[in-house]
Amino acid sequence: MQLVIYLGLVHHAERTLAESFRVVGQGHAGHPDVRLTCELLAGMSDEHVRRLTPVVDRYGEQHHGADVEEPERLHADGLAEVREGPVGLLRDLQDLHVLGTLVQTTWTVVLQAAQGLRDAELIEAARHCSAETSRQLAWLNTRMKVAAPQALIAAGRR
Amino acid sequence: MAETQTVLWSRVLDRLRGPNPPALVCVDPRRTAVAAEATVHLTPRVGTNLALMNGLTRELFAGGWVDEAWAGEHTLGLDELRGIVEPYTPDEVARICEVDPADLRRAARLFGTSQRVLSTVLQGFYQSHQATASAVAVNNLHLLRGMIGRPGAGILQMNGQPTAQNNRECGADGDLPGFRNWDNEEHIAELARIWNVDPLVVPHWAEPTHAMQIFEYAREGSIGLLWISATNPAVSLPESARIRRILGGDQCFVVVQDLFRTETAELADVVLPAAGWGEKTGTFTNADRTVHLSEQAVAPPGEARSDFEIFLAYADAMDFRDAAGQPLITWRTPEQAFEAWREVSRGRPADYTELTYERLRGPTGIRWGGERLYTEGRFPSATGYCETYGHDLLTGATVTEQEHRARRPDGRAFLKGAPYRPAPETPSDEYPLLYTTGRTVHQFHTRTKTGRSRPLDAAAPRAWAELSETDAVKLGIHEGDRVRVETPRGAVELPARITRVPEGTVFVPFHYGEANELTVTVWDPVSKQPTFKTAACRVVPCNS
Repeated sequence: MQLVIYLGLVHHAERTLAESFRVVGQGHAGHPDVRLTCELLAGMSDEHVRRLTPVVDRYGEQHHGADVEEPERLHADGLAEVREGPVGLLRDLQDLHVLGTLVQTTWTVVLQAAQGLRDAELIEAARHCSAETSRQLAWLNTRMKVAAPQALIAAGRR
Repeated sequence: MAETQTVLWSRVLDRLRGPNPPALVCVDPRRTAVAAEATVHLTPRVGTNLALMNGLTRELFAGGWVDEAWAGEHTLGLDELRGIVEPYTPDEVARICEVDPADLRRAARLFGTSQRVLSTVLQGFYQSHQATASAVAVNNLHLLRGMIGRPGAGILQMNGQPTAQNNRECGADGDLPGFRNWDNEEHIAELARIWNVDPLVVPHWAEPTHAMQIFEYAREGSIGLLWISATNPAVSLPESARIRRILGGDQCFVVVQDLFRTETAELADVVLPAAGWGEKTGTFTNADRTVHLSEQAVAPPGEARSDFEIFLAYADAMDFRDAAGQPLITWRTPEQAFEAWREVSRGRPADYTELTYERLRGPTGIRWGGERLYTEGRFPSATGYCETYGHDLLTGATVTEQEHRARRPDGRAFLKGAPYRPAPETPSDEYPLLYTTGRTVHQFHTRTKTGRSRPLDAAAPRAWAELSETDAVKLGIHEGDRVRVETPRGAVELPARITRVPEGTVFVPFHYGEANELTVTVWDPVSKQPTFKTAACRVVPCNS
């Protein structure tokens, strides 16, 4: 069953998102709201990874393999370090948004399969995690909208 | 309330000492004058208000005290709220808040079984951890029981300054005038039409930039001019050393407009002396919506001018024009400005059109909106009318217009909740005590006025640090000893007072410079109010 590819993908993407939120939060610690909210949102992704564990125990997960050709290019790398200054913050938030979108569409796909499989546990997990990914994306969107005018018009080059 | 809203508190005391006194529930970590009068005193550990409120809400559901019919008709989100508060059993609340579960049950029973309940909320909630979620939880309790819109049933989400309600209404705190919604293009178009300007002239592409963010921009260097009017951030904002660096630095030109040479004025590049309340004419509005006209009694001293005249002079100097090329500001007197404000407020939740200077001359002040709001259980929540589409209480993310419209609020109130999360700064081995701040009755805000009144200042001339007896014994501290209170932001030396603060908690009054040397630069994700009342500290005797 090819679902294992997507379980592997969402597992990996959630972990990457959690790590990247922490990198951005700590890297922009001078903005306390960014530091604290990124920590909070990283915790959401940590919890999603925990919820996946029993599902992965049942289905297995696959990153690569002989049976299934997993398209490697779908794995997005996380943020290893942050950029500097107001524009840097904006771009880091935007990168997080890209990672979050990958997580969300992956959950969408998993939810479709879960419904086809009548897997109530996975349906519940996919709905819950997808709704929380929306909260992560909503915050990123709100914070970018707040930061953009000042960063792009008034801030100097760093 | 006894330290802040003294007139209101004297009325509460009248009822408490009169026939048929009401029950009084007080939520405060300290044994305050209000707590001493209370039937039930709940003392949540500093930073855990939301866990307590979630516990009270859960008890309303568990006790069968929710008016399901009323809430079904007048609110949205009942089941979600029930789910959010479900884990907060009395024992769980006791574990988080260190509150006796029996006290929690008694307080919930009082709220759940009383025929009339009035709640008041102040900075102990608004400026503590999870501020907005906790204040909203008070609204939820009232909505669950339909305790609003009739005599004796209501909520006063008050201001720390009893006359500051009009700041919220007219947009002086950074929002748009008349509770207009920055995310609603029609609201912006209406404002632009009244002022005859292009809608793009009215900044509305994101939420208003809040004070804490403005200071951060000033620190980064992307704001080059700060004009500070009638407030004293060098003392009133958290982490004073950081604020002093920003105001005192060369990267930002600072104009300060105030009655007195405040700590902030000392750091200014230009000081504009302003007139006081008896030296100018204008209106102010109380927490209960009563509007008062305050007319000039004496001329301002020296070169001082009213804030109104200073801002008019600025508008003249800048030669602000409307879309037709005419002067943008057409009013010249406070009464003409009030007329313009009436027009801006027309049809909005705080509608002043029925008020005029003539009517406000007496015999008493007048409430906008009539005697009572929400009498039919209808709320200003319609998508086209509301001030905001709302927020995620946990993250502060804004709700979109589409999401709001899809809920079809149509005059129903939103019940919103959030889970408790521990505060960002909790006690550690290095800083083992909780640190919180608050008021004393003799001083007001940063003492700009009260500190210059000899009797008031003599009654409370300097700051102190309150400790519990247990902590004092542990640290070898006696009443009156000088102690050093330290947080990662700084250290201050103060005389110790041994009081009935909870064990593990230190309290310092915020009027004096010392308190905010220690507070942390963190704010609520929704209201953006600084979290003055939740931090960690250590205390050492000065002689050691």
